[in-house]
Amino acid sequence: MSEGILVHELVPKHVILENSEIKKIFKDLDFHQDQLPKIKVEDPIAKAIGAEVGNVLEITRESETAGTFVTYRLVEP
Amino acid sequence: MKEIIKKIDHINFGLMSPENIRKNSVIKIVTPDTYDEDGYPIENGLMDPHLGVIDPSLKCKTCGSKGGECLGHFGSIDLARPVVHVGFADNIYKILRSVCNECGRVLLTDTEIENFKYEILMAMDNEESINEIIKRVQDAAKKDKCPHCEEKQSDIKIDKPTSINDGDYRLTASEIRDRLERITDEDALVLGVNPKVARPEWMVLTVLPVPPVTVRPSITLETGERSEDDLTHKLVDILRINQRLSENMEAGAPQLIVEDLWELLQYHVTTYFDNEASGVPPARHRSGRPLKTLAQRLKGKEGRFRSNLSGKRVNFSARTVISPDPNISINEVGVPEMIATEVTVPVHVNDWNIEELKKYILNGPEVHPGANYVIRSDDRKIRVYDDTKDSIIENIEPGWVVERHLKDGDIVLFNRQPSLHRMSMMAHEVKVLPYKTFRLNLCVCPPYNADFDGDEMNMHVFQTDESRAEAKSLMRVQEHILSPRFGGPIIGAIHDHISGAYLLTRNGSTFTEEQAFQIIRKAKLPIPKRKNPNDNPELGTNWTGKELFSLLLPEKLNLEYKGEICKNCQVCKERDCEFDSYVVIEDGELKYGALDEKAYGSFSGKILDKIVKDYGSDTAKEFLDRSTNMAISGIMKVGITTSTNDEEIPQEAQDRIQAHLDDAEENVDRHVKAYEEGELEALPGRSLEETLEMKIMQVLGEARDKSGEIAESYFAMETNHSVVMAKTGARASMLNLTQITACVGQQSVRGGRISRGYIERTLPHFRKNELGAKARGFVHSSYKSGLDPVEFFFHAMGGREGLVDTAIRTAQSGYMQRRLVNALQDLKVTENGLVQDNKGNVIQTMFGEDGVDPAKSDHGKAADLDKIIKEMRIKK
Repeated sequence: MSEGILVHELVPKHVILENSEIKKIFKDLDFHQDQLPKIKVEDPIAKAIGAEVGNVLEITRESETAGTFVTYRLVEP
Repeated sequence: MKEIIKKIDHINFGLMSPENIRKNSVIKIVTPDTYDEDGYPIENGLMDPHLGVIDPSLKCKTCGSKGGECLGHFGSIDLARPVVHVGFADNIYKILRSVCNECGRVLLTDTEIENFKYEILMAMDNEESINEIIKRVQDAAKKDKCPHCEEKQSDIKIDKPTSINDGDYRLTASEIRDRLERITDEDALVLGVNPKVARPEWMVLTVLPVPPVTVRPSITLETGERSEDDLTHKLVDILRINQRLSENMEAGAPQLIVEDLWELLQYHVTTYFDNEASGVPPARHRSGRPLKTLAQRLKGKEGRFRSNLSGKRVNFSARTVISPDPNISINEVGVPEMIATEVTVPVHVNDWNIEELKKYILNGPEVHPGANYVIRSDDRKIRVYDDTKDSIIENIEPGWVVERHLKDGDIVLFNRQPSLHRMSMMAHEVKVLPYKTFRLNLCVCPPYNADFDGDEMNMHVFQTDESRAEAKSLMRVQEHILSPRFGGPIIGAIHDHISGAYLLTRNGSTFTEEQAFQIIRKAKLPIPKRKNPNDNPELGTNWTGKELFSLLLPEKLNLEYKGEICKNCQVCKERDCEFDSYVVIEDGELKYGALDEKAYGSFSGKILDKIVKDYGSDTAKEFLDRSTNMAISGIMKVGITTSTNDEEIPQEAQDRIQAHLDDAEENVDRHVKAYEEGELEALPGRSLEETLEMKIMQVLGEARDKSGEIAESYFAMETNHSVVMAKTGARASMLNLTQITACVGQQSVRGGRISRGYIERTLPHFRKNELGAKARGFVHSSYKSGLDPVEFFFHAMGGREGLVDTAIRTAQSGYMQRRLVNALQDLKVTENGLVQDNKGNVIQTMFGEDGVDPAKSDHGKAADLDKIIKEMRIKK
């Protein structure tokens, strides 16, 4: 079941970011990590990719305006 | 009173204790009278000078300040008997219901109390709402027997608004107070009354605070008569009854009389707080008008919150009727002289402007470029009068401020309600004009959604240089030509500008040299050298309209598009279009095509759109001002007129239309027959009836279109100005014209043919269940030939639905917009494209996911590649 949602067309791609990547990406952006949109650890997609509280997920999804759009979410309990 | 600045750390909401009320009271009010015969306030009366003063010549007896400076002080009335506060009657009822009638403990076991207490304290620590917990307490405390004293509990009921019954016995306010007093602090907390800031018994009043006179000022009428505030009237009532009650009690009057008076006191105190409490007849003024008491002052649209705190009336503003002026720029607004002499701009005096300002002062407040006030260096404001003028001019020096009249070139904010988008408030340059209306250029009607059938608009004058500078760079009309709603121009040509441009630029439109120069002059252009005078030898000294319009276009403009008049032919002949609808602009020269709404109209103007995006708002403003003036000049040279003759078609055409409609009706009858005989086949997913309806609607729709087409084929674009207006997009549509000429068509209610009215039929003129075209609201007639009574009735049905729908739609979309605006109002876009709320939380990591400003986009897209390539191809 949990594998199934990863290939579903309506579920965008979620990737757990490494700490080094987080630093690289957020270097220029002037805000704190806690201010990111949240995602629950018990969210099916978070469970499926094995995310833990405190992780930052990179979400790549289709966008009406921009083609593909990359956004980030903080995993919270 | 002034200059006390304190920072609010936290706010505590609680109840006023009787001690607290007495402590804050400067005087006890006893006498129910206000003033004596000589007009002096009575001591211990409701207007006692201890309560503060209004008249600036008097001194407050409490604080010694003069009227206007003293904010006023509270007094108090000792009530002869306690009285329930209406605002808390429901809370009292809920508490009494959850409390033992005998011992006053909560009807909860000790463990329950402990658990609830813990929950409430936790919630309070976490700053969470305790409402839900209190509700559970009240549910749990519904016990027949007190767990503490084992006493059987009787049923407590509330009799709105202020009486509480224990079984069949009605509790007096004193008894209620006694019961509330018995509740321990610990129990009070569980019941939702924080003992730190309130006690339950404080909800029953023993002493009533009297608001200062500044809260309820009396007004003196022209006749010299004094008229008291509603609150004062109510307080007089309370005092009078209170006095009678205590007299009766002292005299040892029978219980019945005392209770009646007590009841009356309760009524007056109740209506003093809330005169619209349910179950109480509202207290009325002598004239029969209900009194406006405390709750009414705060409540609703006209209440203190919505009318005085969320929205305020402002100074330096003006409002009047608007009217059009095609001769002023889109950036300007015509301000009546009367307004210009009333609203002012503060100017700081310095060595460079002192002479100019002296001239204004010399003109005084009556003559136009004058001044109304000067503010001296010591902040004293002096009105400019004929007598004071000279001394002011003598004394004026740098550092003073002169409040001079509005004059040409000042920046003001101009607004029309409802302010639905940012273009509803734009900054304009003032142009002082005679007469009494605001004047605005017709191109700014679409953003304000204004017309001139009596619309009024507001103007606000900026009072600081910073605000003026900010408004000029951000809010000026020319900066809002492009709408962020659809990435195209919202300010643009309308109506006559469009038909004018068409008549000017269509093929065959030529002007003599004199006419051409007049048009050029009107567009405020220099007399140019002709670009290619020998291109067309037939022309001689005459100018074509296309040549004239080309003068307005920027030199390197290249553009190609299909006009509004385009007929969408199967194969587009492009430059060879025989309808003149394929527009080509090469290097700023209009080569092919006539201009219409698609050229520079609001919402769809392509040339205008390109000019704003490529050349900036200054050029665009210039282009719009000049092109509209040229179009108006052109339309006046050609002449435009319309009458019902424009909708006239020959008899032969009418016969053809009639024949066509007859055919359609026969066709409908055939469908109905097929249905009745059961030969009709249902479409997938539809019932037989639905299929029939659909087919009939289709036949009738086609019939109207076809009859319209027949009529249209007799209309000539060259001579028929109604058609010119409809096809260029200036006003009206071809449908409007064909409805006038040929056939109005099917009327509908609720999206289908008309089927309501009498039992199984629309009108008694028809048989029951008749399904023919006419029986269900098809109008064969044209507006010009006139509708028969049955058609007229159906038309009125359809028309009424249209009106009702628009009324409902505006209300619904207004509320929807309000909710959206409230949810989004604090969001901002940071420098790196993040969208954040006011706490800094990230809403979007890139604005709109693509970071594109919709106002600068090409109709919502970042760029239209096809268009760019097309334009590059035109360039040589």
